[in-house]
Amino acid sequence: MTSPHPAIELSGISKAFGPVKANKDVSLSVAAGSIHGIVGENGAGKSTLMSILYGFYEADAGEIRVRGEPRRIRSSSDAIAAGIGMVHQHFMLVEPLSVVENIVLGAEGGAFLKGGIARARAELARLSQEYGLAIDPDAIVGTLSVGLQQRVEILKALYRGAEVLILDEPTAVLTPAEADQLFELLRALKAQGKTVILITHKLREIMAVTDRVSVMRRGEMVAHVETERTSPAELAEAMVGRRVLLRVEKSPRQRGAPVLEAAGLSVIDERGCETLRDASLTLHEGEIVGIAGVAGNGQSELLDVLAGLTQPARGVIRLGGQILNAADRNPANLRRLGLMHIPEDRLRTGLVTAFAAAENAILGYHDDPAFGPGPFLSPALVEKHARVGMQDYDVRPVDPTLKTAKFSGGNQQKIVLAREIERAPKVLLVGQPTRGVDIGAIEFIHRRLIALRDQGVAILLVSVELEEVMALSDRILALCGGQITGEREAVATDERDLGLLMAGVSERAA
Amino acid sequence: MSAAPIELPRWADTALVPLVSVAAALVVAGLVVLSIGESPLEATALLLRGSLGSLEGLGFTLYYTTNFIFTGLAVAVAFHAGLFNIGGEGQATVAGIFAAIACLWLAPLPGILLVPLAILAAAAGGALWAFIPGYLQATRGSHVVITTIMFNFIAATLIVYLLVEVMGKAGSMQPETPDFPKQAVLTPIHELLGAFGLKLPSTPLNTSFLLAIAALVAVWALIYRSRLGYAIRTVGANPRAAAYAGISPARIIMVAMAISGALAGGLAVNEAMGVQHRLVLDFTAGYGFVGIAVALMGRGHPVGVGLAALLFGVLYQGGAELSFDKPTITRDMVVVIGGIVILFAGALDGLFRRLVASVLSLGRGKTA
Repeated sequence: MTSPHPAIELSGISKAFGPVKANKDVSLSVAAGSIHGIVGENGAGKSTLMSILYGFYEADAGEIRVRGEPRRIRSSSDAIAAGIGMVHQHFMLVEPLSVVENIVLGAEGGAFLKGGIARARAELARLSQEYGLAIDPDAIVGTLSVGLQQRVEILKALYRGAEVLILDEPTAVLTPAEADQLFELLRALKAQGKTVILITHKLREIMAVTDRVSVMRRGEMVAHVETERTSPAELAEAMVGRRVLLRVEKSPRQRGAPVLEAAGLSVIDERGCETLRDASLTLHEGEIVGIAGVAGNGQSELLDVLAGLTQPARGVIRLGGQILNAADRNPANLRRLGLMHIPEDRLRTGLVTAFAAAENAILGYHDDPAFGPGPFLSPALVEKHARVGMQDYDVRPVDPTLKTAKFSGGNQQKIVLAREIERAPKVLLVGQPTRGVDIGAIEFIHRRLIALRDQGVAILLVSVELEEVMALSDRILALCGGQITGEREAVATDERDLGLLMAGVSERAA
Repeated sequence: MSAAPIELPRWADTALVPLVSVAAALVVAGLVVLSIGESPLEATALLLRGSLGSLEGLGFTLYYTTNFIFTGLAVAVAFHAGLFNIGGEGQATVAGIFAAIACLWLAPLPGILLVPLAILAAAAGGALWAFIPGYLQATRGSHVVITTIMFNFIAATLIVYLLVEVMGKAGSMQPETPDFPKQAVLTPIHELLGAFGLKLPSTPLNTSFLLAIAALVAVWALIYRSRLGYAIRTVGANPRAAAYAGISPARIIMVAMAISGALAGGLAVNEAMGVQHRLVLDFTAGYGFVGIAVALMGRGHPVGVGLAALLFGVLYQGGAELSFDKPTITRDMVVVIGGIVILFAGALDGLFRRLVASVLSLGRGKTA
């Protein structure tokens, strides 16, 4: 702790991928011999920053200092030479090989294995002793538990002389007991003078193990704090962001009959994790229900299951009072029943970017007889339809033949919005309506959603912008770890209150 | 500004890049010819004269072109659905078996019924042989690249068995069927035009060439003008968006593969019903594989496929003439030249895209 220089110093790091600024003028100082947490939502730029530090990407601007020395890190071997090791979220291990073979991989020290393996074996024994890392050097990696495989990754980094260890979402794959063992190990490493950078979006872990925390949001570093002096609620607030309050004019809601009811919905993903647990909610005509939550806590799963893109493991969905069977729950049928969906990720789900704008304006509705005779689509009819929508929704430029990838994010979003809203939905599922959209378009989109609500449409709004959820919603549900942790009337809550719910501090503590 | 995918104007993507690729291929092929002591210019002149310089040469060129149009379209349709169908050979083989069965079993029928039925049988055979890999891909995740190539082997042994043991001509040692009935034979173009008083030399070119042209138009209408084509392109470009739009990627994969196989069946129509008038072993002769290069070069667009098919027709026919006139340039040399064209037009395409993009951006200065 008293080392004269910080272990790692980043100053003014910027990195853009095309028009997307993944890191904007990021600075970070990590004290030697400390455990430093970096938190932020998915896509906040944590992984990009660490990839720059580990040499996967080169920053467009900025400086990296390691123990006070400026270093250019252009590859992972530069990073290793600078004493930086990384444990990836998805392990980089060769499963059929033994522990010791994995450890020497890439550091064999010559054309023949024998010497390298012997050296590794000795070193492994020493490291195991020093950090209490019991592991059989001859075990086949594929047969080890996930927790032990992670240890192999850590040993690999230590074998290469890492002084600074970066762990990317290390507990995502661990059981709680394994996570506790990992934290023990991290403390042991710290006691031996190693520096640990822990990337996560789980606030409990940050509170449990780190000395300092840095918070990233939308590519920027927004806070550096001592862990002792902060709280999960404060961190959640910093992660989600408090922006200039978005004022949205809205009249009192005229709530009608319930249209979409879900009871006890659970979703199990292909890895067997329960990403949505026993969620129940009801949407009424003429109201906007917002979902507040740190990204990755079940919002996407909730939208997908309601939109018919995934099937629930358990639970019942009713639309207009009718129970939807598995056969009814497909996107085409739900659209016919008046349930429209503006997906969270317009580029990956909502649009085919290689298509002309006009072709995207009929995505999901290409069977509509209005667009051509019999099995054919008439380009003239499709383009005319798209032009009307683009004019109504102020898409610029109004060119239905232009490739969708060439429109700005806001205009792409308006193409999706026009397509889904135009068809007079009864229920509208909206995911991240203003992500990557400029201010002018945000206002426009908000006004449209409010107008739709006033016409009696039931709207479910998922957004990472807490401000947006608060400004638009009549009622707010908080999600944490796939569970609904609370429900509030929008007028009767504030950011602190929601922040606690989002951090999983349940009702009893509130 | 953006670095990731290379963005090109449409005209450059569809015309300029393939032209640059072909030009580069010709330069390299010229160097190969030069290295064995022959003049590349003379060789090129011979090649062009042999393929386009006479009505007879042109007839042969268009006969080859017919095969390449069918196999190129087959690969192109699958491409649009994001699938790589390299089973054209096997699909054409099974199509040939189906066509032969139709021609021989339905022999009493008049030509006006028999020919369309035999063509439909060929399409059905090709469709079936592509549908099975499509089904396996859609429901089991077995990759079509692997399964279609395996199905090529199955078809190759199936036809040997059938021609030797089941459908073979009685009393013949040749692995081939008896001749098809006369009314099942597709009219040669020289006879067709002869009826109008035009005297043309006798070539294998037959009415299946017209069928190929019709297939080009039909595939264009399917892909760019129909609801099904829209669904196929959506699945190919973004399967997630397709699922979101209520299009079942699994169903589209099966349908697109079946259409692809049916088109490959056109190769059997041309060879068996148009030229050989019976089913023989190995009639597919690698046309199915060259179809991949044709589709790649033609950017999957029917106009491009038509032009690329013509180019390969010229190479095949002109190459044959060239090796006949110049004994030093053997048949194998011609295969090398064809291979160079495939390499440059298909595999090295990215090389020239980058080059063309940087030349174009130089021309436009800093405005972009």
